[in-house]
Amino acid sequence: MDRARREAELMVVHDSRDSPRKKRITMGMTLTQKILARHAGLDHVETGQIINAKVDLVLANELSAAVAIEVMRTIKGADRVFDPEKIALVEDHFVPAKDAQSAKLAKMMKDFAAEQKITHFFDVGRGGIEHVVLPEAGLVAPGELIVGGDSHTCTYGALGAFATGMGSTDIAAAFVLGEVWLKVPPTIKLVYSGKLGPMVFAKDLMLKTVGTLGIDGATYRALEYTGTTINELSITGRITMANMAIEAGAKNGIFVADEKAIAFVQERTTRKFIVDHADADAQYERVVNIDVENMEPQIACPHTPDNVHGVSDVTRDEILLDQIFIGSCTNGYIEDLRIVAKILDGKQISPRLRVIVNPGSQKVWMQAANEGILSILAAAGCAVNTPGCGACFGGHMGTLGDGERCLSTTNRNYVGRMGSPKAEVYLASPATCAASALTGRITDPRVLELAHALSP
Amino acid sequence: MEQTLHGFAHTYGKNVDTDVIIPGKYCNIIDHAELGKHALEGIDPEFSSRVKAGDVIVADTNFGCGSSREVAPIAIKGAGVSAVIAKSFARIFFRNALNIGLPIFECPEAVDDIAAGDEIVIVPGTGMIHNKTKGTQHRAAALPPFMQSLIAVGGLKNYVEERLAKA
Repeated sequence: MDRARREAELMVVHDSRDSPRKKRITMGMTLTQKILARHAGLDHVETGQIINAKVDLVLANELSAAVAIEVMRTIKGADRVFDPEKIALVEDHFVPAKDAQSAKLAKMMKDFAAEQKITHFFDVGRGGIEHVVLPEAGLVAPGELIVGGDSHTCTYGALGAFATGMGSTDIAAAFVLGEVWLKVPPTIKLVYSGKLGPMVFAKDLMLKTVGTLGIDGATYRALEYTGTTINELSITGRITMANMAIEAGAKNGIFVADEKAIAFVQERTTRKFIVDHADADAQYERVVNIDVENMEPQIACPHTPDNVHGVSDVTRDEILLDQIFIGSCTNGYIEDLRIVAKILDGKQISPRLRVIVNPGSQKVWMQAANEGILSILAAAGCAVNTPGCGACFGGHMGTLGDGERCLSTTNRNYVGRMGSPKAEVYLASPATCAASALTGRITDPRVLELAHALSP
Repeated sequence: MEQTLHGFAHTYGKNVDTDVIIPGKYCNIIDHAELGKHALEGIDPEFSSRVKAGDVIVADTNFGCGSSREVAPIAIKGAGVSAVIAKSFARIFFRNALNIGLPIFECPEAVDDIAAGDEIVIVPGTGMIHNKTKGTQHRAAALPPFMQSLIAVGGLKNYVEERLAKA
């Protein structure tokens, strides 16, 4: 009798959206909750609930994979990965191998890929930075759940996927089980309004966001990017923003997959996918409104990504630079390189500087070559590297020395991030970096545009 | 007798990030003791020569923010540190520490109370943190039940083994 009543009640819970008595139980879900619920095989998940979720893709690079492979070897009965087609392995951190030790890790991953018959293995010269490679290879689609052994795995939220970074032991478990345990995060809804001004880009918008939230402002939270400004952004712009969700401590950052995102994905895969939307009555922990009208280019000053100031504030002092770095999973896309080439075309970079440009993937590199961008940059005095993460995390290919100062399109500027703990890193958009490349000091790119407009 | 952790405190501020815990250039090292030699090098270059087995790191909010590198808690453990007490942890670091068996405790009161060099005894089973130097004690926040169950089976690796055995 009791059980029959309970079952009847449960039935009601599933069907009844409008019964006020059941309102609490059937409360709407955010975009993140929807994806997590489906992957856990549940109709509904609550904030704080621990779930076991099936994963659509597990990612690792040669650093996280090496440790994960070692861990997997110690798990009794774990001889095979759960699905060799749902694992992506990308060599990108110390590539081409910096030294024998780095080569050893890369080889470990390559041998593992062969042993496990993993199809999505990207060697040097055929891939690039993991987060640039996966979307362009059609390995990310809306509604999917992706975990990766890299904190910037959150990038894939740009295409409406739930994606989060984990350490190597978690990745080893996901390799084997095809599942991860997750705590359903509360969501912070970000609502952007207004039109971006000249020389203001998605990167500026995200720096502003991290500055507003703080580096632990979204810890354990999901970020949901919404608003009229967002609808106007290109997929690359959304990638830049989702990429830096972790810089506010977030578990994931996500956009609704709109027509633009769906078209982007369908051009790259024939895989079927589900496009989720937040319910109208979804519960948000808080809503943060960001008005971008009249927002100027933004700079994150040393030594945290939330130490963000408007460019006119920063350029009040003359901040001389030793290095400019353009690239990374945040801003290593063709759209970024086009902006830089446009600004540097036919000009010379300041003699006091070195400028290192790192196209994000082999495809981006080839596209840039075909468009003549690499020649423009090289002629301006930039060193153009092969794709990789090296310079961004102080690995190699552009490491800073004591007392050096760098302006960078990357995502982090902690002490020692790009090399010496006595170096300083400022973060900005590709346009701000390119403008500064001409002057040798941090420069407002809008001044440049004005100069262009004035010249005949 | 209940197992305890015992050592002296090394104190740090907010947002101790993974780039200072183990700088990127060392991330291709796998050996735990070798990683330990570079633990906290970015924020405290003398740390590895000063730290004694059993010592405790005490830090403010958002400890371990930044990268997902598992070598961050591994380096700390490799240096001989027995536990980290912080006001809060960044989420990937939190998971990684649990997964590799580095005991971590969230306890803002203890962090405010403990000074560098204080002698600390921790009873992991109860979350009790005793400051022997000051004669004070605090209780850390209990881990959520699911994480306690993960620890009870001996960590994520054993959990995976159990799942595989059942399959």
